[in-house]
Amino acid sequence: MRAYISVFKLRLVNGLQYRTAALAGIATQFFWGFIIIMVFEAFYSGAAAPPPISLKQLITYVWLQQALLAFVMLWFRDNELFQLITTGNIAYELCRPSGIYGLWYAKLLAQRLASALLRSMPILAVAFCLPEPYRMPLPSDLISFLLFIVALLLGLLMVVSLSMLMYISVFVTLSPAGSLLMFGVFGEFLAGMVIPVPLMPQWLQNIVYILPFRWSADFPFRVYSGHIPKEEALIGIGIQLIWLLVLVGVGRIAMASALRKIVVQGG
Amino acid sequence: MWLYGKYIAILFKSQMQYRTSFILLAVGQFLIPFSVFAGLYFMFDRFGQIKGWDFQEVALCFSIIHMAFALSECFARGFDGFSSLVANGDFDRVLVRPQSTVLQVLGSKFEFSRVGRLLQSIIVLVWAISQLSVEWSILKLLVLLFMIISGVFIFTGIFMLAAAMCFWTIQGLEIANIFTDGGKEMAQYPLDIYKKWVTRFFTFIIPFGCVNYLPLLYLLDKTSGNDLPYMLAPLAGIVFIIPCLLVWRFGVRHYRSTGS
Repeated sequence: MRAYISVFKLRLVNGLQYRTAALAGIATQFFWGFIIIMVFEAFYSGAAAPPPISLKQLITYVWLQQALLAFVMLWFRDNELFQLITTGNIAYELCRPSGIYGLWYAKLLAQRLASALLRSMPILAVAFCLPEPYRMPLPSDLISFLLFIVALLLGLLMVVSLSMLMYISVFVTLSPAGSLLMFGVFGEFLAGMVIPVPLMPQWLQNIVYILPFRWSADFPFRVYSGHIPKEEALIGIGIQLIWLLVLVGVGRIAMASALRKIVVQGG
Repeated sequence: MWLYGKYIAILFKSQMQYRTSFILLAVGQFLIPFSVFAGLYFMFDRFGQIKGWDFQEVALCFSIIHMAFALSECFARGFDGFSSLVANGDFDRVLVRPQSTVLQVLGSKFEFSRVGRLLQSIIVLVWAISQLSVEWSILKLLVLLFMIISGVFIFTGIFMLAAAMCFWTIQGLEIANIFTDGGKEMAQYPLDIYKKWVTRFFTFIIPFGCVNYLPLLYLLDKTSGNDLPYMLAPLAGIVFIIPCLLVWRFGVRHYRSTGS
């Protein structure tokens, strides 16, 4: 456990170094947030029937999405890990006494946390102070805020376990770019990153609710704004836990079988 | 121009060495804007229209800007990765050759997998044109062509500006993403759905509005009064490259090698 924690710390400190890059990222996400909200506003202004999610809740959704991009983005890629696999340097990792799954998990988790810590606070701080209608509202009450935090963290763990599966698949394909891109595109769409899940047509929502992707973004965001009531949120957190167990289990098994099969060539 | 063709041919051959990877990448590049377009479709499916624009009209707008983006990403990619050229000191080599720096940097990199992106926008464009109840004339098609060209020039100009920044900062500036990716995202809708300041900024400072919104009004017969200014609007995008070139040339003269 100690080894995992120190890998985690190392990555966190390392990630916090890139402040200028973070600043540029913040500016970009800010602009995006504005543009997206304006588009939704324009759509809402002409809506014939009241849409299934209010504009205010949607604005919360957008700002949380922009601020917590590092938590929810599926294809937050660590090229170092790909290189380890494709160059054969993975042999060194295999010599280490701690399990490779746990180490990588800690590494990926720390990278996301570092990036989110740097970026989310300034974005949210400004979003809370914006003039109406762009202002980010406070959570509807304390309990839903606490539920949101739990859901968000569980969602983060789920994203990391999902992306672990992606890295493991590289053992088989050896070429990360293409398959990763497709996985990322579909996963993010199904997580509600392109359009919020409540605005999707019913048949698509049915698909989205079966798959794991939405639990990382859509679910915590809607808990925050109160669009998902508290009782439902509690059940949701239970489902998140089950998914997490399943994903980590599958990941561990897949990793073990991939490692049994690999042949590291000398060099 | 001949040299530029030569550069393309060499880079094409080298990328074709990894064929499966290339195909997968191209498919992935196809899917990225496709998912955005699907999102657009679902939004219109629910709301029907956006400030008086219907789905087909916005689809036309979308395809033009995405096509321009794909083309400039394909051909002007050299400027995108320019910071590494400066940081390594490789730019020194470019300077001693008897060819223009712009041409050489343009030729340093091509991203052929963007063909996927391009294909996606062509499909949307053809579909949108076939769905719209607009009388197409030669003049309109010409304006359409110029809209795409104009967009390519704007994106290339922004890439160039961002690259020129490297002369002063060595590092590339991520902030340019606002105007490339952000500009693309914003310009996929007709500009008049946004707040006034956004529309103004993207018409008079970075002329995205001249690429799609103004000429789009002409294409869709929505203009009031004289058509001519609307038809000529795409020229503004082409003119946009001139200050960018000047900044670039100023930067090259300012350049001091990192010495590595």
